[in-house]
Amino acid sequence: MLQEKLKLLANLVNSRCNLPAASSRIEREELTIELEPTSLVATMNILKADQDIALTQFSDLAVVDYLKYGVSDWETKETSRSGFSRAVSRGKADQQDFPKRFAVVYHLLSIRYNWRLRVKVYLQSEPPKLPTVSPIWPAANWFEREAFDLFGVMFEGHPDLRRILTDYGFVGHPFRKDFPLEGKVEVRYDPDQKRVVSEPVSIEPRTLVPKVIREEDWLHSSKPKDKDDA
Amino acid sequence: MPEIKNLTMNFGPQHPAAHGVLRLILEMDGEVIERADPHIGLLHRATEKLAENKPFNQSIGYMDRLDYVSMMCNEHAYVLAIEKLLGIAPPVRAQYIRVMFDEITRILNHLMWLGAHGLDIGAMTMFLYCFREREDLMDCYEAVSGTRMHATYYRPGGVYRDLPKEMPQYEVTKWRNPKKTEIMNDSRSGSLLDFLENFVDRFPACIDEYETLLTDNRIWKQRTVGIGVVTPERAEALGFTGPMLRGSGVEWDLRRKQPYEVYDKLKFEIPIGVNGDCYDRYLVRMEELRQSNKIIRQCIDWLRKNPGPVNLEDPKLTPPKRADMKGDMEALIHHFKLFTEGYCVPEGEVYSAVEHPKGEFGIYLVSDGANKPYRLKVRAAGFAHLSAMDEMVRGHMLADVVAVIGTMDIVFGEIDR
Repeated sequence: MLQEKLKLLANLVNSRCNLPAASSRIEREELTIELEPTSLVATMNILKADQDIALTQFSDLAVVDYLKYGVSDWETKETSRSGFSRAVSRGKADQQDFPKRFAVVYHLLSIRYNWRLRVKVYLQSEPPKLPTVSPIWPAANWFEREAFDLFGVMFEGHPDLRRILTDYGFVGHPFRKDFPLEGKVEVRYDPDQKRVVSEPVSIEPRTLVPKVIREEDWLHSSKPKDKDDA
Repeated sequence: MPEIKNLTMNFGPQHPAAHGVLRLILEMDGEVIERADPHIGLLHRATEKLAENKPFNQSIGYMDRLDYVSMMCNEHAYVLAIEKLLGIAPPVRAQYIRVMFDEITRILNHLMWLGAHGLDIGAMTMFLYCFREREDLMDCYEAVSGTRMHATYYRPGGVYRDLPKEMPQYEVTKWRNPKKTEIMNDSRSGSLLDFLENFVDRFPACIDEYETLLTDNRIWKQRTVGIGVVTPERAEALGFTGPMLRGSGVEWDLRRKQPYEVYDKLKFEIPIGVNGDCYDRYLVRMEELRQSNKIIRQCIDWLRKNPGPVNLEDPKLTPPKRADMKGDMEALIHHFKLFTEGYCVPEGEVYSAVEHPKGEFGIYLVSDGANKPYRLKVRAAGFAHLSAMDEMVRGHMLADVVAVIGTMDIVFGEIDR
């Protein structure tokens, strides 16, 4: 039933917003459409205002940094011949500025029709830029500020694009994949100068569990059990 | 002629009514708020980034620390997201246990809210009464998971373990004589379900007690009626969810509209408000306490009648039994692999949302097929609510700011993440 509903929504969205059918897909009972940054505001306006779609609520905005997507710390495919390396190698795959590094993901909800839609926009340039949707949904205001703070996505036309979660005077965008987990500066109180000072971070980066990608499909053997004894 | 200027006032970050570390910059004309600018992030711990650097199971504990007064509901959204990516569903008994603990958590959260909100606007006694009942529910948390707050009880494929057959008991000490200890242990002689049933039986009377103190109280009404009014259209536009949305009269509850686990098999009502002010949101939450109580009772009945597994028996996902590990080599290897490397989750992206006590709590999870999440985004209900702060307090008095903070049920663990 959910599938049919999503298909209906997909058709509606494609026809009302003049999108090619290939731009939408249904995976795991969730509908995703992909948009170009240039058509974002016009399409979003239709998604909210159209009485048959009525995506009146803005649930979430997330940014994904695809810099290290699919890159694992350990090579596992060839290991039966060569064995695992002992440590996690760093520095590889630090490629910069490839097209479509960032994706901004919107989650919208219709309270009237009880359906959700995910809108994905890939951004190309550095700094990544996108028009704001906060005039359409006021709720987007803080979500965009957060995305700017953590990923450095510039939302053009945003009324008040300030940092929101990081400290006053913070430098950098900490959730990007090339920003180290341990950070870049640390603060401490200096008794001689009688003030708090910032210094380069002294923590040694350490990976406890390496990231590995294994292509076994044992997971499909796991079926829900005793489903109908309730 | 003297120049008249607005006064800028700093509220927080260390203020007892700020519910944690909220810093509000208030622009005031006399005692009337002209503009409010909340500064958040003082509790930012980069939970999402930390989770991206750990195997899936090791981040369940981080979820507890997001909204630290409704711990298991946070876990629930995260675990549901992993299960959706893996394409698995837990056994029915585990689903009932999860629903039961979700509702226990809702009561815990609402009691915390009621106590703190009451305290903020002058009802001192509420705090003591609410914490009295919270204590019993905390004991239930402790009985199943070993900790009173940060449980890490839900796991992909089920829950950590089945409900215990006995409750922890009080011991006789220098300050507690045997007779008093016996009275305190009276409800703890049976299993966890017996203890909970006892709680569920007496809890409605406790809610009546709270309502006697507040609902018709003149001072309480003066402080809440007509304060922070939000129309249904505006509530929707501002991204309100949960009791904040229902208080404005929009009938929207994910447990009913997009049911997960076994909510579609349970009977409960969704209370909604009429005026969309602080008082209506108070009434909505009070009714939710009663409804949660009803749901817990239904779960207890079902769980008594239907024993069974509470975890998928999939060695790649759930740890083997301790006894098996002593004699079975394969079980030992599975255990080792599971607790060192974890499991790989198929490539894809999902958004899973639960009806958290504060509203819609969503997890957007992207996996690239590895043993760690590629991206985890937490959609916290409080974040959207707090962003409407400016609009809700504009034109109100300074003292009403405290009432509005209280009615939003703000917890900084989830807002700052």
